[in-house]
Amino acid sequence: MLLRDVAAVALGAAVTGASFGAISVGSGLPWWMPVLMSLVIFAGGSQFMAVGIVASGGSPAAAVLAGLVLNARHLPFGLAVGDVLGNGWLARIVGSHLLIDESTAFAMAQRDPARARAAYWACGVSLFFTWNAGVLIGALAGQAIGDPGTFGLDAAFPAAMLALTLPALKDAATRNAALTGAVIALATTPFLPAGVPVLLALAGLVAFRSKKEEPCPSPQS
Amino acid sequence: MPVTAVLILAAGTFAIRFAGPLLRDRVTLPDRVREIISASATVLLLALVAVSALTNGKQFGGWALALGVVVGGLAAWRKLPFVVVIVLAAATTAGLRLLGVG
Repeated sequence: MLLRDVAAVALGAAVTGASFGAISVGSGLPWWMPVLMSLVIFAGGSQFMAVGIVASGGSPAAAVLAGLVLNARHLPFGLAVGDVLGNGWLARIVGSHLLIDESTAFAMAQRDPARARAAYWACGVSLFFTWNAGVLIGALAGQAIGDPGTFGLDAAFPAAMLALTLPALKDAATRNAALTGAVIALATTPFLPAGVPVLLALAGLVAFRSKKEEPCPSPQS
Repeated sequence: MPVTAVLILAAGTFAIRFAGPLLRDRVTLPDRVREIISASATVLLLALVAVSALTNGKQFGGWALALGVVVGGLAAWRKLPFVVVIVLAAATTAGLRLLGVG
């Protein structure tokens, strides 16, 4: 049951990874760049974010900053499920690198601590392999595709991120904040260097008012 | 995308991830802070979607691009597989450009 769920999520990660690899190469990066990013960053959302900002002419600094803000959500994840990693330093270090939305969600879905640990590691390790394999295949395939404009790859990129974002937009408070932020980013785009408007969108959080507590972290890649 | 930027993002991301298991006995984040951190991820992603779907970095990016993303968004909303979302978006934009839509 658990293994079947992990396999389904891991397969999805391979497809998302292949898209990331192909789209990154289509945006002008060498094939090894998305591969390196996936191995050392291993956080899909921030990888899409960083490549997208740089591809649209933004500075690497803006890309790093946006990626870090995006990955800040891993801090509460680690506080919530940090005990399932194990107590040795090696387990903590390797386990921390595997701390992603999916492994957190799988661990939190288990009541029994031993099962939570098994679920966490099964999900984290599987996704590490399928995600990176997918990115490599996508990057190599992307080299064959050529000019992104011809094949509409510039539309594939925001569409991929929209698909990743959609589930979190079900929450009304989050949706209000995100829509406000998007309007701020669009309104400031003509006047500011690329990348900065996306960071300014965080001002949209003033519209973030929630009454109820979220039961679990919203899964995003 | 310089390698240095990739390594800084990787190191920062690892530090964030490592801090949780390390500090969990000593630190409790208030619910409000957890909610805001979670929401800020969505805010950034949707802002980048909006900017890259509707602009070329300075001004309106053209109908072909915008409509392609809209079609992809509808496919995602209808819960179609991820790869279908991407192919539909790219195909729509490429097709519209082929028809001469800017």
